[in-house]
Amino acid sequence: MKYIVCVKQVPDTQGKVAVKEDGTMDRSKMAAIINPDDLNAVEAALTLKDSNPDAKVVVVTMGPPPAAGMLHELLAMGADEAVLVSGREFGGSDTFATSQILAGAISHIGIEADDVIFCGRQAIDGDTAQVGPQIAEKLGIPQISYAADIEQNGNTLKVKRVLEDGYMTIEADTPCLITCIKELNKPRYMTVSGILEFDKKPYSVFDYETLKDEPLIEADTIGLKGSPTNVYKSFSPPQKAPGRMIAANESGVKELAQELAAKHII
Amino acid sequence: MYDCTDIKSFSGVMVFCEAREGKINTTSFELLSEGRKLADDLGTELSGLLIGKDVKGLAGQIGGYGADKVYVVESPLLETYTTDAYTKVISDVVHEKKPEILLIGATNIGRDLGPRCAARLHTGLTADATHLDIDTGKYLDFLRESSTIDVDSMKWDMEDKGLKMTRPAFGGHLMATIICPRFRPQMSTVRPGVLKCAEFDQAKADSVVIEELKTDLSDADLKTRVLEVVKETKEIVDLLGAEVIVSVGQGIAKDPEKGIALASELAEVLGGGVVGASRAAVDAGFISGDHQVGQTGKTVRPHI
Repeated sequence: MKYIVCVKQVPDTQGKVAVKEDGTMDRSKMAAIINPDDLNAVEAALTLKDSNPDAKVVVVTMGPPPAAGMLHELLAMGADEAVLVSGREFGGSDTFATSQILAGAISHIGIEADDVIFCGRQAIDGDTAQVGPQIAEKLGIPQISYAADIEQNGNTLKVKRVLEDGYMTIEADTPCLITCIKELNKPRYMTVSGILEFDKKPYSVFDYETLKDEPLIEADTIGLKGSPTNVYKSFSPPQKAPGRMIAANESGVKELAQELAAKHII
Repeated sequence: MYDCTDIKSFSGVMVFCEAREGKINTTSFELLSEGRKLADDLGTELSGLLIGKDVKGLAGQIGGYGADKVYVVESPLLETYTTDAYTKVISDVVHEKKPEILLIGATNIGRDLGPRCAARLHTGLTADATHLDIDTGKYLDFLRESSTIDVDSMKWDMEDKGLKMTRPAFGGHLMATIICPRFRPQMSTVRPGVLKCAEFDQAKADSVVIEELKTDLSDADLKTRVLEVVKETKEIVDLLGAEVIVSVGQGIAKDPEKGIALASELAEVLGGGVVGASRAAVDAGFISGDHQVGQTGKTVRPHI
């Protein structure tokens, strides 16, 4: 039994965001972090492994070579194996091509009847929430997105799937794919023994050569060439007019109330 | 023959109208209102796709918000949303009707359904668009208003009739306009509450053409089982309709509870307002995600 977790390294959009002259993101000036929802996905797999010690947790990412650092951290957190999918041929992929490559990589690892694939709901750089469902479609397995609770009984998973005004309880048999949200769990930290021993765990790099015989990996389904969508234009939204601070005291409150009243707002 | 790269064989704008418990959601009406404008700019037809169990009676509403035609697919297996059943029905309808544009509301369900459909149909999908254009002239007007791009010093293909789908990225720090030039349909999920709803037109509602389509959906197609659907009685945060919003940010970090209490007190004093929050405040766990406003949250139109 395997729990395969797809993760992504993203620029920290909570900190200072650096935009280049041409309106694109200057990733070199921003801190790289593990996508927050993906950490919940890793924790979901590790939690299930806690009660199924024979299961193996495999973390997979697609990205440039520096993404290896993130995989090391996840091994130190408790993952058993890590795979870095990296190659020039994969660059410029949109969500369609990315899911194609990740589905190809997962097929290469091999999916068995009792495996579960986990993804974060969405990554904070693109916020698309597309790659998880698209991997499931390309692997021909069911998906449950927005998971806030997961229970496994043998080969059946029972998932609380969040809606805007409540939730659904959904059951699916393995193999299946689940996308995880923040409400699902609280990710654990790396352990000292994990940090000391992560480099003894299996670690592989899949490049184009490794994956090229996978049926999903074709020149016209991966990379920029395999991406149905293109960026037509990107731009920064206009700066808002600066706000005005009003002192947090009685005269400030008076000033605010008078101004709102003068404008007939209150 | 269906060929997703044969651009000329596709025509018309289609909107997936999401119905839950016998009610079409407002987002679908926003999409129809916008879809009407896109269809007019293309000189083509706007259709609504309505699927569920006993939903035909809702078709008039879809006409009233601008659709020329409503495709209805009914089956007991479509009563509750499942990824597998809805993906199959939508993909089958797209194969048969070949719309050049397909819009889906970016609700929790739309964001589950859209990517699965796009992958099956082998086409691109823009996520959470907040602005859509066909006409290049109108797109340039939009850029003049909402970007710092020097539009007039650049060359543009004014004849281009491709769908230009604009969305926020990187937590709203950047806007990107996405196109899907080589595949059809051009698909987008669209952020709820951003596009304006047109006036309901009773005459159009009465005259809309309804076409029922058959489906060969069977139990075997459903790989997931919905055990229950639970409505939570939690207070719904109505940011979209709020006249007054008091928003909190990272500044409440010292004492989030007190900060939120102060904000709701102020909202109350200002006439029954609602508490909003920045992404930072939501990400830090001070307040739940339904309060989030802005590029990555809800688009709101309050007086204050």
